[in-house]
Amino acid sequence: MDFATFLQISDTALRFATPLLLACLAGLFSERAGIFDIGLEGKMLMAAMSAGAVAAVTGSVWLGLIAAIFGSLLFAAVHGIASITFRGNQLIAGVALNFVASGITVLIAESMFGQGGRTPPLEGAARFANIDLPFTETLATIPVLGPFYAEVLSGHTILVYVALALVPISWWVLYRTRFGLRLRAVGENPASVDTAGVSVVRLRFSAVIIAGVLCGLAGAYMSTGLQAGFGREMTAGRGYIALAALIFAKWRPWAALWATLLFGFLQALALRPDVVESMTRVAIPVPFLDALPYILTVIVLAGFVGKAIPPRAGGEPYVKER
Amino acid sequence: MAAADLGGRQATAALTSPYAIELKGISKAFGSVQANKDINIAIPRGTIHGIIGENGAGKSTLMSILYGFYRADSGQILVNGAPVTIPDSQSAIRAGIGMVFQHFKLVQNFTVLENVILGAEDGPMLNSSLAKARKILGDLSREYELDVDPDALIENLSVGHQQRVEILKALYRQAEILILDEPTGVLTPDEADHLFRILRGLRDQGKTIVLITHKLREIMETTDNVSVMRRGTMVATVKTTETSPEALAELMVGRKVLLEVVKNPAKSGEIILSVKDLAVKDEHGVTRLKGVSFDIRAGEILGIAGVAGNGQSELLEALGGIAPASGVVVLNGAELPLTGPRANGKARRDAGIAHVPEDRQSLGLIMDFAAWENVAFGYHDDPRYQKNAWLMDNDALRADTAAKMATYDVRPPIPTLAAKSFSGGNQQKLVVAREMDRNPDLLLIGQPTRGVDIGAIEFIHKQIIALRDAGKAVLLVSVELDEIMSLSDRVLVMFDGQIMGERLPAQTNERELGMMMAGMGAK
Repeated sequence: MDFATFLQISDTALRFATPLLLACLAGLFSERAGIFDIGLEGKMLMAAMSAGAVAAVTGSVWLGLIAAIFGSLLFAAVHGIASITFRGNQLIAGVALNFVASGITVLIAESMFGQGGRTPPLEGAARFANIDLPFTETLATIPVLGPFYAEVLSGHTILVYVALALVPISWWVLYRTRFGLRLRAVGENPASVDTAGVSVVRLRFSAVIIAGVLCGLAGAYMSTGLQAGFGREMTAGRGYIALAALIFAKWRPWAALWATLLFGFLQALALRPDVVESMTRVAIPVPFLDALPYILTVIVLAGFVGKAIPPRAGGEPYVKER
Repeated sequence: MAAADLGGRQATAALTSPYAIELKGISKAFGSVQANKDINIAIPRGTIHGIIGENGAGKSTLMSILYGFYRADSGQILVNGAPVTIPDSQSAIRAGIGMVFQHFKLVQNFTVLENVILGAEDGPMLNSSLAKARKILGDLSREYELDVDPDALIENLSVGHQQRVEILKALYRQAEILILDEPTGVLTPDEADHLFRILRGLRDQGKTIVLITHKLREIMETTDNVSVMRRGTMVATVKTTETSPEALAELMVGRKVLLEVVKNPAKSGEIILSVKDLAVKDEHGVTRLKGVSFDIRAGEILGIAGVAGNGQSELLEALGGIAPASGVVVLNGAELPLTGPRANGKARRDAGIAHVPEDRQSLGLIMDFAAWENVAFGYHDDPRYQKNAWLMDNDALRADTAAKMATYDVRPPIPTLAAKSFSGGNQQKLVVAREMDRNPDLLLIGQPTRGVDIGAIEFIHKQIIALRDAGKAVLLVSVELDEIMSLSDRVLVMFDGQIMGERLPAQTNERELGMMMAGMGAK
């Protein structure tokens, strides 16, 4: 693989990694607060459809983004009410939401546009435009880094940069603020927070809402950034891949970035079977390449990447004990 | 705002009322169960006040009301003479009440400092809060012998140090009234002594300490006044110097209780169990039991003393056939397999070992199953209970359970009641009934009276001694030194998976055993 091809694939990898990263950070906030969120997939799908539909109708991608966040928050609220207020099983609630999302997105899109469950193709202001970062010309003379800056980092939509910026922001919030301290505590031992006179319910709801907003961004990016419109099941298991990346990253923001980039890179590689073939000198079937991220997911979830200790109170509704 | 308000009120009221806390007519019911009934108590400021009572007497409910976990159905709470309402823990903290729970409320992978500031941060950013807490913690440590490394992770601290963190948390929140719920259950005698020194120091600084415990000795040694609860009511409040352990025990139970275990000298016979170099690794490959050797004779109770988590559980599990082990174990002259398919609980039972596990709720019983189903465990194949080739005779099992309940004084004597509906003491009696009914050659019994009422303790102790007097061998594991000292014929002390030494109860004392439990003292 020559350098130019590597840059091309890296560029694609960053695009593919972005929704994974956003969803992964969503899961990170939720699970750090003790709410397992298997419903990332459903929230992304709902957000993707909302963004696609509203952007198509209004012609404004920003209204689409707001609709995406709203749609995702709706699902987050249901998840929160089921698993926090009513102390239901978080996994079952998440799975149920995924099923609902899978059906209702197609239903709404079909009844609005009658195009077989798709939203109309988006163009112009109804999509996020690519942004060229400044100084690409000046820096181009620097070997390696110059082209990397120009080819890989520059030329993405705003949401890509938002996602990247959210990594240090998440780290800072979790480890340097009062809110972060309490959020991490409530995922480890909610009784410690409760007896300190802080509301467990409120903290967990904040976490679920943050997860909702982040999934909204991820879904909006799917239908208005990565693609031009919503299609049936367009998230294609990205919510689950994000969960695998989260475990891979051991629930840490920076590691989440590297983990999602790895998954993104595998997805990008699947688009270039010629490159893979030239490197391995074996013709690897394209379906196998397509399956690589999912195979890695299975490997990660099976625990082959070392011991990942989830937040200790994860998955358990908090019941005050005597 | 509210905090400042309350602070002002406290300051003025402090001049008028000599009491830190007054409870007037507190009642609380859960459904048809009256947990607290018209509780009246006044706790003078600057004293250590003991609250003692059996399990289910309503101590925890009362403290939960004080800490804002429950609201009383009726009654009034006064703090420093001023009436307060405590709808949540935040209000309790604001009123100057701090609580050290039996099960610590700490975040295991946070540092001491982070745990201390959690919920009491100064602002949205952590840095300034942490710096301030570090300074205050240093001052508190010096003042009250509360040394603990502020940057240590909780999971790396000993239980005694974790408890200090809980006390520091309360003091950091400027608690004037400190409530401790069964604080010594997990401590070595030395750690407990240290704790009581800390508490006396706090009292001498004018703080008020409320000590909830079931250990009469601690009450007698530490408190200024003591209140006794029985069945939801406060039956007496007396000066500690004017009462005795016997009088308190009688108040708790409502009848005379034998505190001293009465037993005849052991008539020990042949060696029943011989253990050589027994070692156990846990699931992470860490060696928990590091090669222990001992014998138990017929008609003898061998006590294993030690702080929880020093290999006693592994010893019981290895002998009970639950955990694979290495070494040599000979029972009645026959070697037992320690690994492989024949090393299981049923094989051990068939060989003559009965096992009352340490944790009755997870290993001894299935809490959602009925009493008769629990009592039937291990007897399913018994020909007595077979109706025909296919079916068990459930009626016979139920009748049998009813008979056992009568013999072992299980209350209420209803075989169809779920195990979780019995009190701790009666759950334990169910397990003891099941295990002793096998008439075993060797009884393994772990923490026989943990969470068990005084009345039931007396009964269970009598059963253990009766078994020994019938010429059986008993291996008793307990973290309660009193229990070890009074029941055992010989005592082994375990520390860090090894036996630190053997003593005869008549020729040792709690101090010496305590040192050995902490890993000091020669073999």
